[in-house]
Amino acid sequence: MRQARRFGDLQLSALAVDVRELLERSVTSLRSHLVTRPTGRAVRIAIERQLDMLVAPALSLVDLSSVAILDYSCADEVVAKLLLRERGPSGSAFFVLTGVKAHHRDPIEAVLERHALAVVAETGPGRYDMMGVGSDGERTLWSRVERSGCVRAGQVAELVAARGRRRDLDTLLTRRLVFRHPASGDLHALSTLFRT
Amino acid sequence: MKVIPVPTSLDYRSVDRLLALASDSVEGSVLLDAHRLRWVDPVGMIGLLSLGRVMGERCGERPVLKLPEGGEVLAYLGRMGFPAAAEGIFREPLPSGRRQARRSEVLLELTRIEENRDVHAVVDLVHDRAGRILARTLRYPPMAVVQFPVVLSEVCQNILEHAGAPGWVAAQSYLWKKRLGREVLVIGVGDVGRGFRGSLEGEYSGRYGDRWGDATALEAAFIHGLTRFPDQGRGQGIQQIRRQVRRWHGGIAIRSGTARIADVPDWDEMAPLEDGLPPFPGAQIMIILPAGTQP
Repeated sequence: MRQARRFGDLQLSALAVDVRELLERSVTSLRSHLVTRPTGRAVRIAIERQLDMLVAPALSLVDLSSVAILDYSCADEVVAKLLLRERGPSGSAFFVLTGVKAHHRDPIEAVLERHALAVVAETGPGRYDMMGVGSDGERTLWSRVERSGCVRAGQVAELVAARGRRRDLDTLLTRRLVFRHPASGDLHALSTLFRT
Repeated sequence: MKVIPVPTSLDYRSVDRLLALASDSVEGSVLLDAHRLRWVDPVGMIGLLSLGRVMGERCGERPVLKLPEGGEVLAYLGRMGFPAAAEGIFREPLPSGRRQARRSEVLLELTRIEENRDVHAVVDLVHDRAGRILARTLRYPPMAVVQFPVVLSEVCQNILEHAGAPGWVAAQSYLWKKRLGREVLVIGVGDVGRGFRGSLEGEYSGRYGDRWGDATALEAAFIHGLTRFPDQGRGQGIQQIRRQVRRWHGGIAIRSGTARIADVPDWDEMAPLEDGLPPFPGAQIMIILPAGTQP
Protein backbone atom coordinates (compact mmCIF):
# COMPACT_ATOMS: atom_id res chain seq x y z
CA MET A 1 0.00 0.00 0.00
CA ARG A 2 1.55 3.30 -1.09
CA GLN A 3 0.84 6.61 0.57
CA ALA A 4 2.23 10.11 0.56
CA ARG A 5 2.43 11.68 4.00
CA ARG A 6 2.87 15.33 4.79
CA PHE A 7 5.60 15.71 7.30
CA GLY A 8 5.88 19.37 8.09
CA ASP A 9 6.80 20.95 4.80
CA LEU A 10 8.17 17.66 3.53
CA GLN A 11 6.24 15.08 1.60
CA LEU A 12 7.33 11.60 2.62
CA SER A 13 6.44 8.63 0.45
CA ALA A 14 5.39 5.67 2.50
CA LEU A 15 5.05 2.07 1.51
CA ALA A 16 3.46 -0.51 3.80
CA VAL A 17 4.19 -4.09 2.76
CA ASP A 18 2.39 -7.05 4.27
CA VAL A 19 4.98 -9.71 3.50
CA ARG A 20 2.54 -12.60 3.78
CA GLU A 21 0.16 -10.96 1.33
CA LEU A 22 3.02 -10.17 -1.02
CA LEU A 23 4.23 -13.74 -0.72
CA GLU A 24 0.87 -15.04 -1.85
CA ARG A 25 0.77 -12.64 -4.78
CA SER A 26 4.41 -12.88 -5.87
CA VAL A 27 5.09 -16.57 -5.86
CA THR A 28 3.26 -18.57 -8.46
CA SER A 29 2.01 -21.42 -6.33
CA LEU A 30 0.63 -21.09 -2.85
CA ARG A 31 3.35 -20.60 -0.29
CA SER A 32 2.44 -20.15 3.30
CA HIS A 33 5.85 -19.63 4.85
CA LEU A 34 8.76 -17.36 4.11
CA VAL A 35 11.30 -20.09 3.43
CA THR A 36 13.84 -20.84 0.69
CA ARG A 37 16.02 -18.40 -1.17
CA PRO A 38 14.02 -18.30 -4.43
CA THR A 39 10.88 -17.44 -2.47
CA GLY A 40 12.67 -14.69 -0.58
CA ARG A 41 14.11 -13.37 -3.82
CA ALA A 42 10.64 -13.19 -5.40
CA VAL A 43 9.28 -11.27 -2.41
CA ARG A 44 12.25 -8.88 -2.38
CA ILE A 45 11.94 -8.15 -6.08
CA ALA A 46 8.25 -7.39 -5.61
CA ILE A 47 9.08 -4.95 -2.79
CA GLU A 48 11.85 -3.35 -4.86
CA ARG A 49 9.43 -2.77 -7.74
CA GLN A 50 7.12 -0.91 -5.41
CA LEU A 51 9.99 1.06 -3.90
CA ASP A 52 11.13 2.12 -7.36
CA MET A 53 7.79 3.87 -7.86
CA LEU A 54 8.19 6.02 -4.76
CA VAL A 55 9.50 9.55 -4.67
CA ALA A 56 12.48 10.03 -2.34
CA PRO A 57 12.66 10.14 0.59
CA ALA A 58 10.57 7.10 1.28
CA LEU A 59 9.64 5.15 4.35
CA SER A 60 9.01 1.44 3.91
CA LEU A 61 7.23 -0.58 6.56
CA VAL A 62 7.82 -4.28 6.09
CA ASP A 63 5.19 -6.12 8.10
CA LEU A 64 6.17 -9.62 9.24
CA SER A 65 3.30 -10.11 11.66
CA SER A 66 1.60 -12.77 9.50
CA VAL A 67 4.78 -14.68 8.72
CA ALA A 68 4.75 -17.86 10.78
CA ILE A 69 8.09 -19.22 9.64
CA LEU A 70 11.04 -17.22 8.39
CA ASP A 71 14.23 -19.05 7.55
CA TYR A 72 17.74 -17.65 7.25
CA SER A 73 17.82 -17.76 3.47
CA CYS A 74 14.63 -15.74 3.21
CA ALA A 75 15.75 -13.31 5.90
CA ASP A 76 18.91 -12.77 3.89
CA GLU A 77 17.02 -12.20 0.65
CA VAL A 78 14.24 -10.03 2.05
CA VAL A 79 15.75 -8.13 4.97
CA ALA A 80 19.50 -7.99 4.35
CA LYS A 81 19.41 -7.47 0.62
CA LEU A 82 16.78 -4.72 0.86
CA LEU A 83 18.93 -2.90 3.40
CA LEU A 84 22.06 -3.42 1.32
CA ARG A 85 20.30 -2.01 -1.74
CA GLU A 86 19.32 1.16 0.10
CA ARG A 87 22.67 1.56 1.84
CA GLY A 88 24.30 2.67 -1.38
CA PRO A 89 24.45 6.24 -2.67
CA SER A 90 21.34 5.75 -4.80
CA GLY A 91 19.31 4.45 -1.87
CA SER A 92 16.52 6.66 -0.60
CA ALA A 93 14.32 4.47 1.57
CA PHE A 94 14.16 4.15 5.34
CA PHE A 95 13.06 0.73 6.55
CA VAL A 96 11.13 -0.27 9.61
CA LEU A 97 10.30 -3.92 10.21
CA THR A 98 6.96 -4.19 11.91
CA GLY A 99 5.29 -7.16 13.58
CA VAL A 100 8.64 -8.74 14.47
CA LYS A 101 7.98 -11.66 16.80
CA ALA A 102 10.32 -13.69 18.97
CA HIS A 103 10.68 -16.43 16.35
CA HIS A 104 11.71 -13.92 13.66
CA ARG A 105 14.56 -12.55 15.71
CA ASP A 106 17.13 -15.31 15.23
CA PRO A 107 17.15 -15.30 11.42
CA ILE A 108 16.97 -11.51 11.22
CA GLU A 109 19.75 -10.97 13.75
CA ALA A 110 21.90 -13.59 12.02
CA VAL A 111 21.71 -11.99 8.59
CA LEU A 112 22.17 -8.48 9.97
CA GLU A 113 25.29 -9.64 11.76
CA ARG A 114 26.57 -11.41 8.66
CA HIS A 115 26.37 -8.19 6.64
CA ALA A 116 27.14 -5.77 9.51
CA LEU A 117 23.72 -4.16 9.10
CA ALA A 118 21.14 -2.73 11.46
CA VAL A 119 17.44 -1.98 11.17
CA VAL A 120 14.68 -0.41 13.23
CA ALA A 121 12.13 -3.02 14.22
CA GLU A 122 8.83 -3.02 16.03
CA THR A 123 9.29 -5.88 18.47
CA GLY A 124 6.13 -5.43 20.51
CA PRO A 125 3.13 -3.14 20.63
CA GLY A 126 4.60 0.36 20.53
CA ARG A 127 8.07 -0.97 21.23
CA TYR A 128 10.90 -0.32 18.78
CA ASP A 129 14.43 -1.70 18.86
CA MET A 130 17.55 -1.23 16.86
CA MET A 131 18.31 -4.77 15.68
CA GLY A 132 21.64 -5.84 14.28
CA VAL A 133 25.15 -4.47 14.47
CA GLY A 134 25.96 -1.19 16.22
CA SER A 135 28.33 0.17 18.84
CA ASP A 136 27.15 0.89 22.37
CA GLY A 137 27.38 4.60 21.59
CA GLU A 138 25.21 4.24 18.49
CA ARG A 139 22.62 2.23 20.38
CA THR A 140 22.52 4.71 23.24
CA LEU A 141 22.11 7.62 20.87
CA TRP A 142 19.47 5.79 18.83
CA SER A 143 17.54 5.01 22.01
CA ARG A 144 17.58 8.67 23.04
CA VAL A 145 16.18 9.75 19.68
CA GLU A 146 13.64 6.94 19.80
CA ARG A 147 12.49 7.94 23.29
CA SER A 148 12.26 11.60 22.34
CA GLY A 149 10.59 10.91 19.03
CA CYS A 150 11.98 14.18 17.72
CA VAL A 151 15.09 16.14 18.61
CA ARG A 152 14.87 19.70 17.39
CA ALA A 153 17.77 21.01 15.34
CA GLY A 154 18.70 23.38 18.12
CA GLN A 155 19.06 20.51 20.57
CA VAL A 156 21.19 18.29 18.40
CA ALA A 157 24.45 19.89 19.54
CA GLU A 158 23.55 19.03 23.13
CA LEU A 159 22.60 15.48 22.12
CA VAL A 160 26.02 14.87 20.58
CA ALA A 161 28.07 16.88 23.05
CA ALA A 162 29.74 13.83 24.56
CA ARG A 163 32.93 12.63 22.99
CA GLY A 164 32.37 10.46 19.91
CA ARG A 165 28.63 11.14 19.77
CA ARG A 166 28.87 13.22 16.59
CA ARG A 167 30.41 10.25 14.82
CA ASP A 168 27.73 7.96 16.24
CA LEU A 169 25.02 10.27 14.90
CA ASP A 170 26.66 10.37 11.47
CA THR A 171 26.67 6.58 11.46
CA LEU A 172 22.99 6.37 12.41
CA LEU A 173 22.13 8.82 9.64
CA THR A 174 24.26 7.03 7.06
CA ARG A 175 22.67 3.72 8.02
CA ARG A 176 19.21 5.32 7.82
CA LEU A 177 18.33 4.42 11.38
CA VAL A 178 17.34 8.01 12.18
CA PHE A 179 15.74 10.55 9.87
CA ARG A 180 17.03 14.12 9.62
CA HIS A 181 14.59 16.56 8.10
CA PRO A 182 16.45 18.08 5.15
CA ALA A 183 15.10 21.58 5.75
CA SER A 184 14.76 21.95 9.51
CA GLY A 185 17.60 19.67 10.58
CA ASP A 186 15.35 18.07 13.22
CA LEU A 187 16.09 14.44 14.03
CA HIS A 188 13.17 12.03 13.98
CA ALA A 189 12.87 8.49 15.21
CA LEU A 190 11.69 6.35 12.31
CA SER A 191 8.89 5.01 14.48
CA THR A 192 7.37 8.47 14.67
CA LEU A 193 7.35 9.01 10.93
CA PHE A 194 4.53 6.63 10.16
CA ARG A 195 2.60 7.50 13.28
CA THR A 196 2.57 11.21 12.38
CA MET B 1 24.12 -61.87 -9.56
CA LYS B 2 26.32 -60.16 -6.98
CA VAL B 3 24.74 -60.37 -3.52
CA ILE B 4 25.52 -57.51 -1.14
CA PRO B 5 24.54 -58.19 2.49
CA VAL B 6 22.92 -55.27 4.31
CA PRO B 7 23.73 -55.01 8.05
CA THR B 8 20.93 -56.20 10.30
CA SER B 9 20.92 -52.90 12.15
CA LEU B 10 21.07 -49.85 9.93
CA ASP B 11 21.35 -46.52 11.68
CA TYR B 12 23.72 -43.57 11.79
CA ARG B 13 26.38 -45.66 13.50
CA SER B 14 26.31 -48.58 11.10
CA VAL B 15 25.45 -46.83 7.83
CA ASP B 16 29.15 -46.44 6.99
CA ARG B 17 29.38 -50.22 6.57
CA LEU B 18 26.59 -50.01 4.01
CA LEU B 19 28.03 -47.06 2.13
CA ALA B 20 31.44 -48.77 2.08
CA LEU B 21 29.89 -51.45 -0.13
CA ALA B 22 29.67 -48.88 -2.91
CA SER B 23 33.44 -48.96 -3.29
CA ASP B 24 33.40 -52.67 -4.14
CA SER B 25 33.79 -53.21 -7.84
CA VAL B 26 30.61 -54.77 -9.18
CA GLU B 27 29.19 -55.30 -12.61
CA GLY B 28 25.86 -56.56 -13.81
CA SER B 29 23.01 -57.51 -11.54
CA VAL B 30 23.16 -56.65 -7.86
CA LEU B 31 21.00 -57.88 -5.02
CA LEU B 32 20.99 -55.79 -1.83
CA ASP B 33 20.08 -58.45 0.67
CA ALA B 34 18.28 -56.81 3.59
CA HIS B 35 16.06 -59.73 4.46
CA ARG B 36 17.67 -59.94 7.92
CA LEU B 37 17.16 -56.22 8.60
CA ARG B 38 15.90 -55.78 12.16
CA TRP B 39 16.35 -52.08 12.79
CA VAL B 40 16.58 -49.06 10.53
CA ASP B 41 16.38 -45.31 11.17
CA PRO B 42 16.05 -42.36 8.74
CA VAL B 43 19.82 -42.25 8.19
CA GLY B 44 19.83 -45.96 7.36
CA MET B 45 16.86 -45.67 5.00
CA ILE B 46 18.45 -42.83 3.11
CA GLY B 47 21.67 -44.84 3.02
CA LEU B 48 19.78 -47.71 1.36
CA LEU B 49 18.22 -45.40 -1.22
CA SER B 50 21.57 -43.74 -1.91
CA LEU B 51 23.39 -47.05 -2.30
CA GLY B 52 20.63 -48.31 -4.60
CA ARG B 53 20.94 -45.20 -6.76
CA VAL B 54 24.74 -45.43 -6.93
CA MET B 55 24.68 -49.15 -7.73
CA GLY B 56 22.10 -48.60 -10.45
CA GLU B 57 24.20 -45.93 -12.12
CA ARG B 58 27.41 -47.90 -11.77
CA CYS B 59 26.10 -51.23 -12.96
CA GLY B 60 23.82 -49.94 -15.67
CA GLU B 61 20.83 -51.68 -14.19
CA ARG B 62 18.77 -51.11 -11.10
CA PRO B 63 19.60 -53.41 -8.18
CA VAL B 64 17.11 -55.66 -6.47
CA LEU B 65 16.40 -54.94 -2.79
CA LYS B 66 15.31 -57.92 -0.75
CA LEU B 67 13.49 -56.84 2.40
CA PRO B 68 12.22 -58.93 5.32
CA GLU B 69 9.04 -60.72 4.34
CA GLY B 70 7.01 -59.39 7.21
CA GLY B 71 7.30 -58.10 10.72
CA GLU B 72 7.87 -54.76 12.31
CA VAL B 73 10.67 -53.53 10.05
CA LEU B 74 8.59 -53.99 6.91
CA ALA B 75 5.63 -52.29 8.55
CA TYR B 76 7.85 -49.47 9.70
CA LEU B 77 9.37 -48.99 6.25
CA GLY B 78 5.82 -48.77 4.94
CA ARG B 79 4.90 -46.10 7.48
CA MET B 80 7.99 -44.12 6.58
CA GLY B 81 7.08 -44.17 2.89
CA PHE B 82 10.14 -46.16 1.93
CA PRO B 83 8.47 -48.18 -0.88
CA ALA B 84 7.27 -45.00 -2.59
CA ALA B 85 10.65 -43.29 -2.20
CA ALA B 86 12.38 -46.37 -3.61
CA GLU B 87 10.37 -46.38 -6.84
CA GLY B 88 12.72 -46.08 -9.78
CA ILE B 89 15.75 -47.01 -7.68
CA PHE B 90 15.20 -50.73 -7.20
CA ARG B 91 14.18 -53.15 -9.91
CA GLU B 92 11.07 -54.64 -8.38
CA PRO B 93 8.27 -52.94 -6.45
CA LEU B 94 8.80 -53.24 -2.73
CA PRO B 95 6.18 -54.64 -0.40
CA SER B 96 4.44 -51.75 1.29
CA GLY B 97 3.97 -53.44 4.66
CA ARG B 98 1.06 -52.84 6.99
CA ARG B 99 0.43 -49.29 8.10
CA GLN B 100 -0.31 -49.40 11.77
CA ALA B 101 0.09 -47.23 14.80
CA ARG B 102 3.35 -47.90 16.60
CA ARG B 103 5.36 -46.64 19.53
CA SER B 104 7.63 -44.52 17.34
CA GLU B 105 6.22 -41.32 15.94
CA VAL B 106 6.84 -40.28 12.37
CA LEU B 107 7.61 -36.60 12.12
CA LEU B 108 8.50 -36.66 8.45
CA GLU B 109 8.23 -39.60 6.07
CA LEU B 110 10.94 -40.12 3.48
CA THR B 111 10.50 -37.15 1.17
CA ARG B 112 12.27 -36.54 -2.09
CA ILE B 113 13.83 -33.08 -2.38
CA GLU B 114 14.21 -32.01 -5.94
CA GLU B 115 12.71 -28.56 -6.22
CA ASN B 116 12.04 -25.48 -4.16
CA ARG B 117 8.41 -26.49 -3.68
CA ASP B 118 9.50 -29.76 -2.05
CA VAL B 119 11.13 -27.72 0.72
CA HIS B 120 7.93 -25.73 1.17
CA ALA B 121 5.94 -28.96 1.38
CA VAL B 122 8.30 -30.32 4.06
CA VAL B 123 8.05 -27.11 6.09
CA ASP B 124 4.24 -27.04 5.83
CA LEU B 125 3.94 -30.66 6.89
CA VAL B 126 6.44 -30.49 9.71
CA HIS B 127 5.04 -27.25 11.06
CA ASP B 128 1.71 -29.00 11.50
CA ARG B 129 3.22 -32.02 13.24
CA ALA B 130 6.14 -30.45 15.10
CA GLY B 131 4.02 -29.13 17.95
CA ARG B 132 2.91 -32.58 18.96
CA ILE B 133 6.27 -34.30 18.76
CA LEU B 134 8.63 -31.53 19.82
CA ALA B 135 6.53 -30.26 22.70
CA ARG B 136 5.00 -33.47 23.99
CA THR B 137 7.63 -36.09 23.17
CA LEU B 138 10.83 -34.06 23.33
CA ARG B 139 9.52 -31.48 25.83
CA TYR B 140 10.97 -28.62 23.82
CA PRO B 141 9.75 -25.06 24.43
CA PRO B 142 7.00 -23.70 22.15
CA MET B 143 9.55 -21.65 20.20
CA ALA B 144 11.11 -24.90 18.94
CA VAL B 145 7.97 -25.62 16.94
CA VAL B 146 8.91 -22.70 14.72
CA GLN B 147 12.68 -23.15 14.86
CA PHE B 148 12.62 -26.80 13.86
CA PRO B 149 11.02 -26.28 10.40
CA VAL B 150 13.63 -23.56 9.82
CA VAL B 151 16.38 -26.12 10.49
CA LEU B 152 14.75 -28.54 8.06
CA SER B 153 14.30 -25.84 5.44
CA GLU B 154 17.98 -24.91 5.55
CA VAL B 155 19.21 -28.49 5.52
CA CYS B 156 16.97 -29.35 2.53
CA GLN B 157 18.11 -26.26 0.66
CA ASN B 158 21.62 -27.54 1.06
CA ILE B 159 20.63 -30.35 -1.31
CA LEU B 160 19.10 -28.02 -3.87
CA GLU B 161 21.90 -25.50 -3.88
CA HIS B 162 24.97 -27.67 -3.55
CA ALA B 163 24.27 -31.25 -4.57
CA GLY B 164 23.19 -30.74 -8.16
CA ALA B 165 21.08 -33.87 -7.71
CA PRO B 166 17.89 -34.83 -5.89
CA GLY B 167 18.02 -36.02 -2.32
CA TRP B 168 15.84 -37.24 0.52
CA VAL B 169 14.93 -36.17 4.01
CA ALA B 170 13.19 -38.03 6.84
CA ALA B 171 12.69 -37.54 10.58
CA GLN B 172 11.49 -39.84 13.31
CA SER B 173 11.51 -39.87 17.09
CA TYR B 174 12.56 -42.93 19.08
CA LEU B 175 13.08 -43.94 22.65
CA TRP B 176 16.79 -44.50 23.23
CA LYS B 177 16.28 -46.36 26.44
CA LYS B 178 19.72 -47.91 26.80
CA ARG B 179 21.88 -45.25 25.24
CA LEU B 180 20.37 -42.12 26.67
CA GLY B 181 17.33 -43.06 28.70
CA ARG B 182 15.12 -40.65 26.81
CA GLU B 183 13.51 -39.91 23.48
CA VAL B 184 15.54 -38.60 20.55
CA LEU B 185 14.60 -37.18 17.21
CA VAL B 186 16.71 -38.50 14.34
CA ILE B 187 16.82 -36.49 11.11
CA GLY B 188 18.46 -37.93 8.01
CA VAL B 189 19.21 -35.98 4.85
CA GLY B 190 21.14 -37.33 1.91
CA ASP B 191 21.89 -37.03 -1.78
CA VAL B 192 24.26 -38.62 -4.27
CA GLY B 193 25.28 -35.38 -5.94
CA ARG B 194 28.65 -33.69 -6.26
CA GLY B 195 29.36 -33.47 -2.52
CA PHE B 196 30.96 -30.60 -0.61
CA ARG B 197 34.31 -31.02 -2.29
CA GLY B 198 32.73 -30.86 -5.73
CA SER B 199 30.60 -27.89 -4.78
CA LEU B 200 33.50 -25.83 -3.43
CA GLU B 201 36.34 -27.05 -5.65
CA GLY B 202 36.24 -24.34 -8.30
CA GLU B 203 36.33 -21.56 -5.75
CA TYR B 204 38.62 -22.90 -3.01
CA SER B 205 40.82 -25.78 -4.11
CA GLY B 206 43.59 -23.40 -5.18
CA ARG B 207 43.54 -21.62 -1.85
CA TYR B 208 43.98 -24.90 0.05
CA GLY B 209 46.57 -26.33 -2.38
CA ASP B 210 47.76 -29.83 -1.49
CA ARG B 211 45.55 -29.90 1.58
CA TRP B 212 42.41 -29.77 -0.55
CA GLY B 213 40.20 -32.80 -0.14
CA ASP B 214 36.87 -33.95 1.28
CA ALA B 215 37.88 -33.15 4.86
CA THR B 216 39.09 -29.62 4.09
CA ALA B 217 35.99 -28.99 1.98
CA LEU B 218 33.80 -30.03 4.91
CA GLU B 219 35.82 -27.85 7.27
CA ALA B 220 35.46 -24.93 4.88
CA ALA B 221 31.68 -25.22 4.80
CA PHE B 222 30.98 -26.52 8.30
CA ILE B 223 33.45 -24.48 10.33
CA HIS B 224 34.05 -21.41 8.18
CA GLY B 225 30.72 -21.08 6.38
CA LEU B 226 32.34 -20.91 2.94
CA THR B 227 30.24 -21.41 -0.14
CA ARG B 228 30.89 -21.36 -3.85
CA PHE B 229 28.58 -18.38 -4.25
CA PRO B 230 30.23 -14.95 -4.17
CA ASP B 231 27.21 -13.56 -2.29
CA GLN B 232 28.24 -12.84 1.30
CA GLY B 233 24.82 -13.86 2.54
CA ARG B 234 25.32 -17.45 1.43
CA GLY B 235 26.84 -20.20 3.52
CA GLN B 236 25.16 -19.33 6.77
CA GLY B 237 22.54 -22.08 6.64
CA ILE B 238 24.81 -24.76 8.07
CA GLN B 239 26.17 -22.32 10.66
CA GLN B 240 22.70 -21.52 11.88
CA ILE B 241 21.67 -25.19 11.93
CA ARG B 242 24.72 -25.96 14.06
CA ARG B 243 23.89 -23.17 16.46
CA GLN B 244 20.32 -24.36 16.84
CA VAL B 245 21.32 -28.01 17.29
CA ARG B 246 23.79 -26.97 20.03
CA ARG B 247 21.01 -25.09 21.83
CA TRP B 248 19.00 -28.29 21.92
CA HIS B 249 22.07 -30.27 23.12
CA GLY B 250 21.97 -32.30 19.93
CA GLY B 251 24.55 -33.55 17.48
CA ILE B 252 25.06 -33.00 13.78
CA ALA B 253 27.37 -34.83 11.40
CA ILE B 254 27.98 -34.43 7.69
CA ARG B 255 29.63 -37.15 5.67
CA SER B 256 30.79 -36.30 2.18
CA GLY B 257 33.18 -38.21 -0.05
CA THR B 258 35.73 -39.81 2.23
CA ALA B 259 35.28 -37.59 5.27
CA ARG B 260 32.87 -36.77 8.05
CA ILE B 261 32.72 -33.72 10.27
CA ALA B 262 30.57 -33.40 13.36
CA ASP B 263 29.52 -31.28 16.29
CA VAL B 264 29.58 -33.96 18.94
CA PRO B 265 27.40 -33.57 22.04
CA ASP B 266 28.72 -34.78 25.38
CA TRP B 267 26.46 -37.86 25.28
CA ASP B 268 27.98 -39.21 22.04
CA GLU B 269 31.42 -40.52 21.15
CA MET B 270 31.62 -39.71 17.48
CA ALA B 271 34.91 -38.26 16.24
CA PRO B 272 34.69 -34.55 15.36
CA LEU B 273 36.52 -35.15 12.08
CA GLU B 274 37.20 -38.38 10.22
CA ASP B 275 39.03 -38.78 6.95
CA GLY B 276 39.89 -41.79 4.82
CA LEU B 277 36.40 -43.30 4.91
CA PRO B 278 35.36 -45.43 1.93
CA PRO B 279 34.33 -42.98 -0.81
CA PHE B 280 30.65 -42.33 -1.40
CA PRO B 281 29.13 -39.66 -3.63
CA GLY B 282 27.07 -36.73 -2.40
CA ALA B 283 26.50 -35.73 1.20
CA GLN B 284 24.78 -37.43 4.10
CA ILE B 285 23.64 -35.28 7.01
CA MET B 286 22.55 -36.65 10.35
CA ILE B 287 21.02 -34.61 13.15
CA ILE B 288 20.06 -36.10 16.51
CA LEU B 289 18.06 -34.05 19.00
CA PRO B 290 17.56 -35.51 22.48
CA ALA B 291 14.52 -34.82 24.61
CA GLY B 292 14.81 -32.06 27.17
CA THR B 293 15.54 -33.25 30.68
CA GLN B 294 12.88 -31.09 32.33
CA PRO B 295 9.39 -32.62 32.58
